[in-house]
Amino acid sequence: MASTTNQIAAGTANQTLPWTLWWRQIRAIFRLEIEKNFLSRRSILIYLIALLPVLLLAPLALFTPPSREWREFNQYSVIYSFIYNGLILRTVVFFGCAWIFMNLFRGEIVDRSLHYYFLSAVRREVLVVGKYFSGLVTSAILFTGTTVVAMLLLYFPHFYSESARYFFDGPGLGQLFTYAGITILGCIGYGAFFLVVGLFFRNPIIPSVLLYGWEWLNFLLPPLLKKVSVIHYLNSLIPVPVSEGPFAVIADPTPAWIAVPSLVIVTLIVLVMSAYRIRHMEIRYGSD
Amino acid sequence: MTAVATDQLIIFDDVSKFYGEILGVNRVNLQIAPGITSLVGPNGAGKSTVMNLMTGLLRPTRGKISLLGIPTDQPDRLFRKVGYCTQFDSFPRGLTGREFISAFLSVHGFDRKKAMEFSEVALDRVNLLDAADRKVAAYSKGMRQRVRLAQSIAHQPAVLILDEPLNGLDPMVRSETIALFRKLAAEGLHLIISSHILHEVDMMSDRVVLLNNGYVVAEGNVHGVRDEMEEHPVQILIRCDQPSKLAAYVFAQDHVVEARLHQDQGGLFVKTRDADQFYLLLNRAVADGEINIESVAPVDDDLSAVYQYLIGSKGGSA
Repeated sequence: MASTTNQIAAGTANQTLPWTLWWRQIRAIFRLEIEKNFLSRRSILIYLIALLPVLLLAPLALFTPPSREWREFNQYSVIYSFIYNGLILRTVVFFGCAWIFMNLFRGEIVDRSLHYYFLSAVRREVLVVGKYFSGLVTSAILFTGTTVVAMLLLYFPHFYSESARYFFDGPGLGQLFTYAGITILGCIGYGAFFLVVGLFFRNPIIPSVLLYGWEWLNFLLPPLLKKVSVIHYLNSLIPVPVSEGPFAVIADPTPAWIAVPSLVIVTLIVLVMSAYRIRHMEIRYGSD
Repeated sequence: MTAVATDQLIIFDDVSKFYGEILGVNRVNLQIAPGITSLVGPNGAGKSTVMNLMTGLLRPTRGKISLLGIPTDQPDRLFRKVGYCTQFDSFPRGLTGREFISAFLSVHGFDRKKAMEFSEVALDRVNLLDAADRKVAAYSKGMRQRVRLAQSIAHQPAVLILDEPLNGLDPMVRSETIALFRKLAAEGLHLIISSHILHEVDMMSDRVVLLNNGYVVAEGNVHGVRDEMEEHPVQILIRCDQPSKLAAYVFAQDHVVEARLHQDQGGLFVKTRDADQFYLLLNRAVADGEINIESVAPVDDDLSAVYQYLIGSKGGSA
């Protein structure tokens, strides 16, 4: 077996960078983590968060509210945009990502099992990437599912034939994909932020609450400060813009070709910070 | 000791570790060659700190550490050659023993087939194959200890570091595990073991590192360490037919500082500053036919005595 170990080492030494080995290790970490994300006791809370919009919309599928907006089909895109912005993006995606990504490292510190990774022949940067991808896939699957189910649940029970036309012959399907894409971008951005929060703070609740407040108050911020937030870029991509109220400071939405790369670049910077942190991290469970 | 190449040694070069203002270990200088080396000391002496420093779980505040020429901040190289069985009795949730070992072999970079194959070998070595497909959470303490041991040897490292590896094992498994350690050492591995069970350490170690309050108090072969402790004369028990006569005979020697009859009157305790001289003297007494000697045994030439002299307590027992 020692010879096999040497083969791995030799295989890596022959190349400038051992991409094949790293890819294999990322997949191994991903498999371990994805199972934990979906099947551990901690995942119950994630399922509840992901189901929240569905649980709220299900009664509305049976009983149409009396207000006028609910009786006009062309208002539904605005209603959904409102639900998506306030409930799905700012609550489900935000808190869901907080729970998933903060637990990637913090959860293992609490469980006292992080050292098994640290005692494996794997670069800690590779560990960050593997864990981040597992969190990203978990959150993307769950919250994109929420986005899609919530939209279908809003439209179809009340106006079936109009909804069918809207989705298959109109702009509905495009909007659905756009909302799903925004959800995935939200998971990418918030995920990276919460990963780094889980690494830098023993008690990640305070920075999370501060970010939550910052994101919610974004509509009051001057245009320049608005850009220092995830929600500003995500809102810029929403296909049906909604009014943010009479006190909102109006700012031009950032075009998609700037918003998407900006989010991805910020995410990469945050991941590099995480990798730096994890590279210098010590295992001292007692003090954590 | 014959010269050993740097890439065969574990080297601590003036290493200190502070937790804030609290001392972990201070100015540790070690060069550990292949074989079984035990870290011995009371709780809080710094044994686990030394092991965690050795494996990069902790970073030294000062100094440098390398294992077989590899710095400890390169886990991707280090853990191809090193396995560490920590004292942390915790596991990733929801895994069976087999999954636990094979999953982390996959993280090492082994493909699935090899990972399964090596898991099997490791589980077999610690006699845990029967329970391999049960959840680790359902294991007894001894089984958890063994599965951690299996996980640390599964990738067949050249250096195996074991923090209190015999804790929680019943006597039978304990002796099997010690036999496994000996076998691994015979295969050419570096074994670094921490333990507070002194007689077991004494039985299996080629050399010891005694730690107290974060300092290395002594290191080397137990007998070598004992020989250097000139302020503590060597105690020898001689079983013979005429202990009183022997007492009178030996007491005239300068190097003998104490001679005391055994409680059963069938032997004599002697304390001497020069054991070699004393043995020559004894040989002469036997050759002259003056005394019939049944047995001669050093009483404090073991790790317990060394520990007691240097650290001031009796150490632990099983």
